[in-house]
Amino acid sequence: MRSRKDNIFHGIDWILVLFYFVFIFLGWINIYAATINEIQFDLLNFSTEYGKQLIWIGLSLPIILLILMFEAKFYEKYASIIYVITLILLAGLFVLGKNINGSTSWYAIGNFSFQPSEIAKAATALAIAKMVSDKQFNLKKRSVQAQALLVLFFPAALIIMQPDPGSALVYLAFIFVLYREGLPFYYITVGFIALFLFVITLFLGYKVTLISSLILFICILVFFIFYRPRAFKKGWIKITGIYLMSALFIFSIDFVFNHVFKQHHRDRFDIILGKTVDIKGIGYNTNQSVTTIASGGLFGKGFLDGEKTQGNFVPEQNTDYIFTTVGEEWGFLGSAFVILLFVAFLLRIINKAEQQKSKFSRIYGYSIVAIFFMHFAINIGMVIGLVPTIGIPLPFFSYGGSALWGFTILLFIFVRLDANKTYEW
Amino acid sequence: MKRTGLLSFLIIFIAVVYLARLFYLQVLNNSFNTPTINNSAVKVMYDYPERGYIFDRNGVLMVANQLSYDIMVIPREVKPLDTTAFCTLLKITKQEFIDKIARASHYSTRIPSTFLAQVSKDDYASLQEILYKFKGFYIQKRSLREYPKNSAANVLGYISEVNEMMINKNSNYHLGELIGTAGVEKTYEKELRGIKGVKFIQRDRFNKEIGSFKNGLYDTLPISGNDITLTIDAVLQQYGEALMANKRGGIVAIEPSTGEILAMVSTPTYDPNLMVGRDRSKNFTKFYLDSVNKPLLDRGLQAQYPPGSPFKVISALAALQENVITTETSIQCFGGYKYGSGKGSFMRCHCETGGSPVALNKAIYRSCNSYFATAYRKVIEKFPTPTEGMNVWSKHAKSFGLGNYLDNDLSVGQKGNIPDGNLYNRIYPNGRWRSTATISNAIGQGEVLTTPIQLANMTAAIANEGFYYVPHIAKKIKGRPLDKKFTTPVYTTIDKKNFKPVIEGLFDVFDNPRGTARGSMVEGIQICGKTGTSENPHGQDHSIFIAFAPKDNPKIAIAVFVENGYWGARWAGPIATLMIEKYLNGKTSRPLVEERMFEGSIQEEYDKQLKETLKETLKVEK
Repeated sequence: MRSRKDNIFHGIDWILVLFYFVFIFLGWINIYAATINEIQFDLLNFSTEYGKQLIWIGLSLPIILLILMFEAKFYEKYASIIYVITLILLAGLFVLGKNINGSTSWYAIGNFSFQPSEIAKAATALAIAKMVSDKQFNLKKRSVQAQALLVLFFPAALIIMQPDPGSALVYLAFIFVLYREGLPFYYITVGFIALFLFVITLFLGYKVTLISSLILFICILVFFIFYRPRAFKKGWIKITGIYLMSALFIFSIDFVFNHVFKQHHRDRFDIILGKTVDIKGIGYNTNQSVTTIASGGLFGKGFLDGEKTQGNFVPEQNTDYIFTTVGEEWGFLGSAFVILLFVAFLLRIINKAEQQKSKFSRIYGYSIVAIFFMHFAINIGMVIGLVPTIGIPLPFFSYGGSALWGFTILLFIFVRLDANKTYEW
Repeated sequence: MKRTGLLSFLIIFIAVVYLARLFYLQVLNNSFNTPTINNSAVKVMYDYPERGYIFDRNGVLMVANQLSYDIMVIPREVKPLDTTAFCTLLKITKQEFIDKIARASHYSTRIPSTFLAQVSKDDYASLQEILYKFKGFYIQKRSLREYPKNSAANVLGYISEVNEMMINKNSNYHLGELIGTAGVEKTYEKELRGIKGVKFIQRDRFNKEIGSFKNGLYDTLPISGNDITLTIDAVLQQYGEALMANKRGGIVAIEPSTGEILAMVSTPTYDPNLMVGRDRSKNFTKFYLDSVNKPLLDRGLQAQYPPGSPFKVISALAALQENVITTETSIQCFGGYKYGSGKGSFMRCHCETGGSPVALNKAIYRSCNSYFATAYRKVIEKFPTPTEGMNVWSKHAKSFGLGNYLDNDLSVGQKGNIPDGNLYNRIYPNGRWRSTATISNAIGQGEVLTTPIQLANMTAAIANEGFYYVPHIAKKIKGRPLDKKFTTPVYTTIDKKNFKPVIEGLFDVFDNPRGTARGSMVEGIQICGKTGTSENPHGQDHSIFIAFAPKDNPKIAIAVFVENGYWGARWAGPIATLMIEKYLNGKTSRPLVEERMFEGSIQEEYDKQLKETLKETLKVEK
């Protein structure tokens, strides 16, 4: 206990900390490459983005120290309060927020602006961890599932209303956490089937999808009638029900896609599915991003030698498209290295989470893995042209103070919780 | 334990998919690894190849190149400059300067655009000295078209700057580059344009050029365009244009044994050299807006008229083929043909045979309407329903290349029209029509429409006794044989034996003392031909003539069309025979006729029509 009080670094996982600094370093290098221009080199110049990012990085150090200074118990105890405060901050945006690029996601105080949705991820993770770690909490029960859903619903809904649907999408990640803690498997199955049907319907059109699913349905029925007559008697209502639900879902996808989505959303899907090309208009981002990465080749063109990066051809290259810089200047070796680094980092946190004695810490650990994973999968998938354009940052790489601090807080709360595991009794 | 593994599994799965995708993009797929022009670090300079020359069939140069100089601009690199001095230097106004810069910036601020096209050689000399002072501007050498013969504008066409639509469609072209937009320049654009040479120049971050990119690894040399030899005979073409002076219309001459187009005249025409250089767009607009003379309309290819009497030949051939007449079948003509009981059911005839028996031969050289109406009616009525009969007749006519595009290497064309049973079933529903309703088709009026090139091709098919080659304009393209479709004969549905008597009839048009073109007979050349007068509701009848010569082993088949030329023998006949004489003998033996054609003008008639049209328009407006 004594050493714990004296030394806030006692027991922390230095490997995770190392991962953190490696990510921050690589991220900054690439932001530097993506934003440097003819203007004089000046590291701490507040007018350049690499300079600003260096300041954000510097400021994240006191944040880390602050997080480590608190007792692990503090986070568990005050999780609900932090969650409520965050919700108030999110709601307050509608009154005091500043509109940047069409969404009211920012508080602006002078030159400084701050995005509460980045903090909301950590707050929600804490809230979920606190709620689910309760011994009375049994995720097999419908009412309990609904409660958990409600906790996720509030921040997600507030963020969608900003509107920033990309950031809200990340909250889907919590399904993996809930599954780990006992949510029935069919939620995951239904989720993946829905995703599959969604993509297929958009790709083939709802008529073809409906007809092919009808054929599949009849085949299954025929199979059961002839080979499993007994199972058929019991199960035909279920099978028919599933089919009817899917058919309804397919219809609703078509409706939502054509009537609820805006044109630019539809374009993004059409681009990824190869239905539209238009590399000068709506397909410009994806095309530039993919060709920029591809031009890197095996070894890359070298630091500051990426012609497309230096020519600023990729829009938003320092934020959402930062991975293109890695791809162009460091080639396949560099980008594969970054991907493997992320995999190792995520697996390391899973590993650490499973070691926790406290259920709270474990659930929190899982939550942040799920959040990091979602960012990683969507962002890189988008940049390499496998996922439709969804503007969310790549953790630790993308330019931006709020995002960096959000991810830092997310990670270091876990580092704090993890450091305490030896004192749990 | 299953529950703990799912997320780890997904992480690894996604990572493997992404690594595979990256491996595919960056390592396997090399197509992206070449420098693109969308690249600020690499400046792209084009070296324009010389466009291919165009020669006539005898090697006479028809289109050549002259050097021209374009002022190029890269908007991003333009530094503040003394606009007044700059504008005076280039002889433009300040507003033009602003517009041009805006236009170039709109296209791209990084890629060079043409700022001022086709500066003259003299201006170039003085500009070269001073232009270095104006950052972001430079001079690019390019070759311009030149037409030494001042003729065949409609055949050769012209080149112009590519429009934005074309740029978006075809990445070969960039703003300010030239592309063939009409005539041979258009159809053979790919052959003529050659391949641009590219030089990649590396720049550093401060935009300074620091030598060639990757030591010129990707640089290419320009490859000149291919020269094209046309089937046109420049002398004949120019002669035709002179004959057609002050008359509207078209001449198409074809070599029957090959389908090569020897001459293709359309008047009024223009000097092709006007479509070059800085005045091009001004001149083009002038021609384009001239809706009275329509100089840009190629009348040889695009003007559709009822062919009139020459079409009677088709009626005769169809009747012979269907065995409804023989060469001996004769009728009597009393100034017309009565095809019904009504008062108006009478087709007048000017054959002046006064009731003597008219058989095929006489019918052709006297152009007897009654005879061909009878023959036509017999074909239609051979079949149980008029629809069937009409379709058979239509099939025969269409086998001469009429009623549809010829699918050749000319940039424009018209289908014309050969009616069939379905057309009349639409006009008269429930099948309430008979052969007599369509009787005008027999003599090339009614619903029949043809273009001069179709008529010339039809004449060639008659000259060949039953087949033709698709008329084409290119004779030789460097290093490549001609398209197969131009060397494969297309057969008509008429047997060879049926052509003999018809050709005799066409010969008698000149040879018989009472032939309708007796006056155009040429000593020493056996010409077969047919006069035509196409009725025109808007004014004077059109003058039409088809002919081929010599009778045995024909060398030239020709169709002449003169708008509002009264009747066939007045303008079209003499012009056709003069053309034949010129082509076969190299000179003409009838100076008086020639003189009359050169000097003759129908301008008065055209002016009269224009006045009437204007009057009517004004009346309507009042």
